[in-house]
Amino acid sequence: MSVADLTLDTAAQPAGRAARPVVSCRGVAKLFSNGTLALQNVDLDIGRHQFVSLLGPSGCGKSTLLRLIAGLGEASAGTIDWPDAAHDSTGAAQPSLSFVFQEPTLMPWASAIKNVMLPLKLAGVKPDEQRARAAEALRMVGLAAFENAYPRELSGGMKMRVSIARAMVTRPQVLLMDEPFAALDEITRFKLNNDLLELWHASSFTVVFVTHSVFESVFLSQRIVTMAARPGRVIADMDVTAPYPRAADYRTSPLYNAHCKRASEALEQAMGHALGAH
Amino acid sequence: MPDTAPAPVITIGDDAPPVVLQERRILGVPASTWPKVLMPLFVGVLALAVWEFLVRYNGIPAYILPGPLLIAQTMVTDWGTLSGSLWITLSISLAALAVAVLLGVSLSVLFAQSKWVELSFFPYAVILQVTPIVAIAPLIIIWVNDVKLSLLICAWIVAFFPILSNTTLGLNSADHNLLNLFQLYKATRFQTLLHLRLPSALPYFLGGLKISGGLSLIGAVVAEFVAGTGGSQSGLAYRILESGYQLRIPRMFAALFMISISGIVIFLCLSTLSHMVLRRWHESALKREN
Repeated sequence: MSVADLTLDTAAQPAGRAARPVVSCRGVAKLFSNGTLALQNVDLDIGRHQFVSLLGPSGCGKSTLLRLIAGLGEASAGTIDWPDAAHDSTGAAQPSLSFVFQEPTLMPWASAIKNVMLPLKLAGVKPDEQRARAAEALRMVGLAAFENAYPRELSGGMKMRVSIARAMVTRPQVLLMDEPFAALDEITRFKLNNDLLELWHASSFTVVFVTHSVFESVFLSQRIVTMAARPGRVIADMDVTAPYPRAADYRTSPLYNAHCKRASEALEQAMGHALGAH
Repeated sequence: MPDTAPAPVITIGDDAPPVVLQERRILGVPASTWPKVLMPLFVGVLALAVWEFLVRYNGIPAYILPGPLLIAQTMVTDWGTLSGSLWITLSISLAALAVAVLLGVSLSVLFAQSKWVELSFFPYAVILQVTPIVAIAPLIIIWVNDVKLSLLICAWIVAFFPILSNTTLGLNSADHNLLNLFQLYKATRFQTLLHLRLPSALPYFLGGLKISGGLSLIGAVVAEFVAGTGGSQSGLAYRILESGYQLRIPRMFAALFMISISGIVIFLCLSTLSHMVLRRWHESALKREN
């Protein structure tokens, strides 16, 4: 099966790949100092207001790619361009982005609202405005009543909501998420999936979402980029044509099943590639 | 020790209002705290009673082993001299602790700024720590003319290291993802220090402070034993020496008790401080019900 077989109906997504990308990776490679080639020759364009999932088995470099896009670490080869972002005096891009880690990564010594205020505080926003915007972000994720709760007083799902509120408070153009719901139970994950889609649908940011779950990627994204390991690379790029808003009934629809089947096949292919490399 | 932990909040689902569990209080103190206070107190009183009984029953003379009642009596009659000495010993200990905190924290912040500075200077801090204070005390007393100041320096040397080493460890223990987050939001070095590294180091620092609190007292006492200076300006250690020479054993015990009680009070104060600061967020201060 070739990549072309997996890609259905590209024309149905006019706002997708054809448009000027928000971020554009060309020939990106990452060689770690221990000799692991985590990424090799990755080309990836991500369009404005897209919801893209990076799907792959562990060790395929999807998190590494996300971190490089975030500017955490340098690519060993290739370029990551932000055509529309502001550039500083040295010519480095200053894209407006936020990152959500696999763990909530909250400061345990600070209340929920103080945690959400952090990015604004670091940017030198006035305290009144920090508080107002953080309160708004917490309200957006349904935690208005928990402003003064400390992280340890919150459940796993609530902590992740605070983490998402912190990412949203700067109103980023790009939201990078590294398996954010992997550690949560299924019920909480479904609910957060729904809420994330609503947030995304209501505003205009781009999401790059790393996951190892076929079902999660098909439910959330417009586009699934499948990666294989050793070395980490993109092996398939498929569109998920189901319309938004997507709700619980989408999870049980034949269309969802069909997309899951295709995504699973791509993932199996990715595993096959990895085994073949041994 | 008053237990001021907030009532645990139980949350049911994400949207349900929190249910607050109120613990029963007796005289304003949570019921579960009373055994923690009463049990050790009971053991202490029992031990003192046995001691008093043994001394009386066996007719042990006071110059060998005085009973607790006689010691208490001596503490009252000699309070004038002893309280003056207590104040001197305490002021030296607390001043040494304050300087240890100031220098320990400053130096560990400096260490956290550069691996090279840490690599270059940390071994000397270790040397300062492992050299027995009784061995350096005579030198310091010779070099420094002022007795009080030389005692303070000795106490500081002993109290300094736990704060330095713990705070350095804490500053380097900030969560890796949080460090990445700060990097992502282009935080300056100073912002990262203030908002991330220092709060991360707080539990470690407080752990070091608890150790140093006791050590500063020990340092002050040991140094005074070595100095052995008399006069009206002497601390509790000299009172012990003096009482030994004069065979006033009950007074010796009274001074000894005062040192122990001071140590316990310092420890309790620092534990309470630590608990107050950490109670809302740190694992060490949390109550678990499983």
